[in-house]
Amino acid sequence: MIAIQKNNTINLARLQSLIALLFLCAIIAILSDKFLTMDNGWNVLRQIAVNVCISVGMTLIVLTAGIDLSVGSVLALCGAITAGLLKNGVKVPAADLFIGFTILGALLAGIIAGALLGWFNGFVITKFKVPPFVATLAMLTIARGLTMLWTQGHPISNLGPAFSVIGTGWFLGIPVPVWIAGVVVLLAIFITRQTRLGRYIYAIGGNENAAILSGISINKVKLIVYSIAGALAAVGGIMVTSRLDSAQPNAGTGYELDAIAAVVIGGTSLSGGKGSIGGTVMGAVIIGVLNNGLVLLNVSPFWQQVVKGAVILVAVIIDKGGKKK
Amino acid sequence: MLLARNITKKFAGVVALNNVNLELHPGKVNAIIGENGAGKSTLMKVLSGVYIDYEGEIIYNNETLRLTGTKDAEAKGIVIIHQELNLVPGLSIAENIFLGRELCTSFGMLDKKEMARQSKKLLEKVKLNADPGTLVADLKVGQQQLVEIAKALYTNASVIIMDEPTSAISDKEVDNLFMIINELRNEGKTIVYISHKLKELFTIADRFVVMRDGCSVESGLMAEMTQDALIRKMTGRAVNGPTSTTVQTFTEPVLRVENIHLKSASRHGAHVLTDISFTLHKGEIVGLYGLMGAGRTELMETLFGLHPKRATGKIFINEKAVQLQSPIQAIRQGIALVPEDRKAHGLMLDQKIKTNISITVLNQLEKWGIVLHNKKETRLSKDYIQRLGIKTHSENNIAGNLSGGNQQKIVLAKWLATNPSILLLDEPTRGIDINARFEIYNLMKKLAEAGMAILLVSSELPEILTASDRVLVMAEGRLTADMPVREATESNVLKYAIQHNITA
Repeated sequence: MIAIQKNNTINLARLQSLIALLFLCAIIAILSDKFLTMDNGWNVLRQIAVNVCISVGMTLIVLTAGIDLSVGSVLALCGAITAGLLKNGVKVPAADLFIGFTILGALLAGIIAGALLGWFNGFVITKFKVPPFVATLAMLTIARGLTMLWTQGHPISNLGPAFSVIGTGWFLGIPVPVWIAGVVVLLAIFITRQTRLGRYIYAIGGNENAAILSGISINKVKLIVYSIAGALAAVGGIMVTSRLDSAQPNAGTGYELDAIAAVVIGGTSLSGGKGSIGGTVMGAVIIGVLNNGLVLLNVSPFWQQVVKGAVILVAVIIDKGGKKK
Repeated sequence: MLLARNITKKFAGVVALNNVNLELHPGKVNAIIGENGAGKSTLMKVLSGVYIDYEGEIIYNNETLRLTGTKDAEAKGIVIIHQELNLVPGLSIAENIFLGRELCTSFGMLDKKEMARQSKKLLEKVKLNADPGTLVADLKVGQQQLVEIAKALYTNASVIIMDEPTSAISDKEVDNLFMIINELRNEGKTIVYISHKLKELFTIADRFVVMRDGCSVESGLMAEMTQDALIRKMTGRAVNGPTSTTVQTFTEPVLRVENIHLKSASRHGAHVLTDISFTLHKGEIVGLYGLMGAGRTELMETLFGLHPKRATGKIFINEKAVQLQSPIQAIRQGIALVPEDRKAHGLMLDQKIKTNISITVLNQLEKWGIVLHNKKETRLSKDYIQRLGIKTHSENNIAGNLSGGNQQKIVLAKWLATNPSILLLDEPTRGIDINARFEIYNLMKKLAEAGMAILLVSSELPEILTASDRVLVMAEGRLTADMPVREATESNVLKYAIQHNITA
């Protein structure tokens, strides 16, 4: 009886969004015969993959009662770094040195860059007590500016067929980006549910004072979490760059909002301590299906934005209503 | 004249004020005296319209007064100046004085000139030499208090209630405050003065009312009173004999602190703790008593490594000098702190009981160095739920849904899980029912018998006297007494808790 009661509360919230998703799918399927095709299905999932990666990082941050507005810019910068290193390598004229990068090397460099940018966010937040909103807002601009500097404002294109596998390839009948997002999600679920780090993340968001008194190094945890979010934004950036076979200097603009929307629709509380990776994945899927459906139904892009905003509002209001009881 | 007749106020069935009668005389300074929790603050909140659902009658200038709120009280000329000042730091002095009652020109614009002019006059009256345009944030606490008084004067208050007005200001500022109070008294205003500092009361007060356990027990002229007589009336109860007949001696020191000083975070150069030294032995329960603001909580926090930058002094654990610069270090040294405010500092209220209990020992619940051992965690929490008698049918219930007493037991559980040798308990029975209280006392006894050293902070004297083997008393950041419980009585403990003020 005990176990049933516990699962009830969790499943109810999950069930609610699942019903909403199925309802959404049903409506789109009735209105468009293109929706329920294999091609479209994989297409939707491929598109969702990037947002899932970013949103997972965002969820970890939001669980600590923080926020990261810089993920879109970090995504662009890291995608550009990977593309640039892959294509041009690094030239050090003074030492007459040229370092070329393999695909793996370039990928690693991009992801490490993302982690460092995230770490810097965390450093500013923990060391100087700058509110996460402000610290990451600054990083949003800084990273975008660095992207422009790195790319000189021009796309870095023609990165070769091997690199494009990441964004467009298939493995065992499933698109590679979906594999990547899947692995990211599973790792994040493992971290949040089965590790000390995960517990500390929830503890900090649940009651930061109690967490400090309980002997948790909250600064260390925050640094790790912001670094993970930066690295995941970089993974997203690599997927976007690979899919387009081009690193666009303005890639990822506004992605932070999609990520926050997925987190919120997924039921994670912006004040921290409550929520789950599973919920966020559901949120990302709902946004992805909605995007896809609106396109298939030829809804004008202007109306698309209005509808998306309305869905976010409704989701949050339903969530609030559930909590009041 | 302000009269209160048979005022009774209950909170969720608990009687805070019980048939209180009060006479406040105009042109006098009326002191309200009592221990922590005697009902002084509650009574003042009734008089100033903060609490409006009370039984009984307030008679003001021969008319029955039924206040509808603080605004109403203010309109009737009753204002309260709280211990925590009620000013907006980002606004100027003048803007604060006129907040909510701004003067306007005939065009509906703010009449800044007139407000500045009137503010200037009020500031002169309270002897605050500052420009009305100065931001309140730039003033010292003592000066801010004068702004509050100026504000009260602007509303033409005839009854001014001051709650612990000297708790945060310097001696010079106290002198200035007393001069102003004297002037107000001469103008015929009714001053109500609440303070723990007996010495002050003998300087400034004309009349006194002693409160005890929610009742007003005695009133009269200050001049006819002595300090000892007042203290006796505050404690009232028959002198308690020794509570335990067996005299235990404790010989093995576990925690020894020497010359602990703690600088004030807000007042430069001031100390919150001054030269504290004491020893805590194995198996011993030491009660630490002090009035509000004596520094008990700060001492606990210092021992738990929460003030690494402001604290100085030596701490020895098992006779070895240790550094306690963070809670992490304190926990490693076997110290556990059950904080005063369990909701703000003890629990993650939205999370499971299990998660709350295990949070301090997660590093011991891992397998392969990374994965949490769920079964071990469940076993641990079930074990503590049973041992402490936490009333719940599952360790997966949300902590916030439990009663105060059970929540407190969860906090205890999470600290006992760390297997501490030193347990710091800050007000462990605050706000919990009588049964849970006794369970906690019994638990403390058991833990001490098993060899734990316990430091118990409490605002309730009877609790200190029944639960402890030895009693420490603090006053104004200093340790004023260290005695075996058989020598401790309510009146002599209270005397030491106030003493510092008398001799200072």
